[in-house]
Amino acid sequence: MKLTLRVWRQKNTDAPGAMSTYEVDGISQDMSFLEMLDTLNEELILAGDDPVAFDHDCREGICGACSLVINGDAHGPERTTTCQLHMRSFDDGDTIDIEPWRASAFPVVKDLVVDRSAFDRIIQAGGYISAPTGTAPDAHATPVPKPDADFAFEHAECIGCGACVAACPNGSAMLFTSAKVNHLNVLPQGAPERETRVLDMVEQMDSEGFGGCTLTGECATACPKGIPLPSISAMNKEWLRATRKARR
Amino acid sequence: MTRTLWDSTVGKKVIMAVSGLVMLLYLVVHMIGNLKIFFGSDEFNGYAHWLRVMGEPFLHHEWALWIVRVVLVAAVVLHAVSAYQLSRRDLRARPITYVHKRPRASYATRTMRYGGIILGLFIVWHILDLTTGTVHSGGFQHGHPYQNVVDTFSTWYGNVIYIVAMLALGLHVQHGFWSVAQTLGAGRASRDRALKTLANVLALVLTVGFISVPVAVMTGVVS
Ligand code: HEM
Ligand code: SF4
Ligand code: FES
Repeated sequence: MKLTLRVWRQKNTDAPGAMSTYEVDGISQDMSFLEMLDTLNEELILAGDDPVAFDHDCREGICGACSLVINGDAHGPERTTTCQLHMRSFDDGDTIDIEPWRASAFPVVKDLVVDRSAFDRIIQAGGYISAPTGTAPDAHATPVPKPDADFAFEHAECIGCGACVAACPNGSAMLFTSAKVNHLNVLPQGAPERETRVLDMVEQMDSEGFGGCTLTGECATACPKGIPLPSISAMNKEWLRATRKARR
Repeated sequence: MTRTLWDSTVGKKVIMAVSGLVMLLYLVVHMIGNLKIFFGSDEFNGYAHWLRVMGEPFLHHEWALWIVRVVLVAAVVLHAVSAYQLSRRDLRARPITYVHKRPRASYATRTMRYGGIILGLFIVWHILDLTTGTVHSGGFQHGHPYQNVVDTFSTWYGNVIYIVAMLALGLHVQHGFWSVAQTLGAGRASRDRALKTLANVLALVLTVGFISVPVAVMTGVVS
């Protein structure tokens, strides 16, 4: 396949950026999207140019590092991570626009790499449980009803990639935060911090400069892990419950 | 707790949801009341008179009406101020748009802000037109709402303003009602269909109910 790529290039956070156009040839349908970019970068390096910076790590859809907006869609046209997107989703001769996650809480570091440490601080604010250290307890020591376990599992799937923020017209982190809150709040292990967790994580989310939720649903459409939109409502419920109890 | 509500994006949405619900409840009652115009001027004017004496003798003349007015003004102000503050925040959170554009979300969802502004302007015009008579087209008469309504809808601009506003209302309620359920924590995957259907029905009934009055005047059914 022969492709035209229009890629966002930006030297650093403060420098102005712009779209640059590149041609790549000899792309196989079986390549992943990131391998296609590797091909481009090899050519750029050979030509003595600066390679395109992009985030990636596991390349198997579990770490949440890869983060590209492809033709206006976070993670591209398929419901998966950028690393699991394959070139068979495109046609020979296509022009592909590649941009970084856009949100003021995710400043661009370089080219397509953004700083997502705001997510880490949301996790630090309450995305943990207090557990005694020592030998691991028996798996059946604390019974968890099956529907609750399923609910927790569904939300534990969030890999913290930030596609929800990138897709949201308000740059809102509600889907991510709701995944983390719901995951722990439904479990008995998460019960001691149930109220403070949701209040603190939402407060941190707001102070990072993410926008509010207008329920457009773009986040859930973009999420590679299928975190559903009603998760936000479930978090709102937890937040209202905690606010009523006013336990801080 | 009040601080938490006002200071948090989640809390401010709750304020929007509750104030929106208050207005919505009022609009359903208002729309049903308007339909009395189809039963003639005596019934309609009598109903308008009753609105002023309701609650008597427990409440003084017009007290009940004024309570409703105060609650509604509070709801409109809270709703509009929250909408303004949240929208400012949302725009700041996404200052750079994508070069590759594509339509996002449904029409009703995308037009909440403009639709809200249209509704806000309409509320002002509507009160100046049919409550105080300040901008009324004919000779406005207090206590004769039937004639006032017929006069308003005998002008082309009266019809246009009213019908456009009611279409905007339908869109606002369509996304708004479903949103309320999400904001107040009642959203579930299993009841999403039911909520969306209810929102559509509510939006349609309100819009058709309100618009039936100008259409009736235009076609001469009410005159
Ligand atoms: C003063 C004029 C109005 C303005 C400026 C306005 C603006 C808005 C905006 C911008 C939103 C979306 C906010 C967000 O999701 O963050 C919204 C939601 C909503 N509006 Fe309005 N609106 C107005 C009048 C009304 C009226 C007359 C009703 C009565 C039916 C109403 C009912 C609602 C409801 C139920 C919501 C959903 C609240 C939620 O998301 O939980 N609004 N409004
Ligand atoms: S909710 Fe989905 S899109 Fe958002 S960070 Fe988690 S996995 Fe990524
Ligand atoms: S590189 Fe790890 S999820 Fe894509």
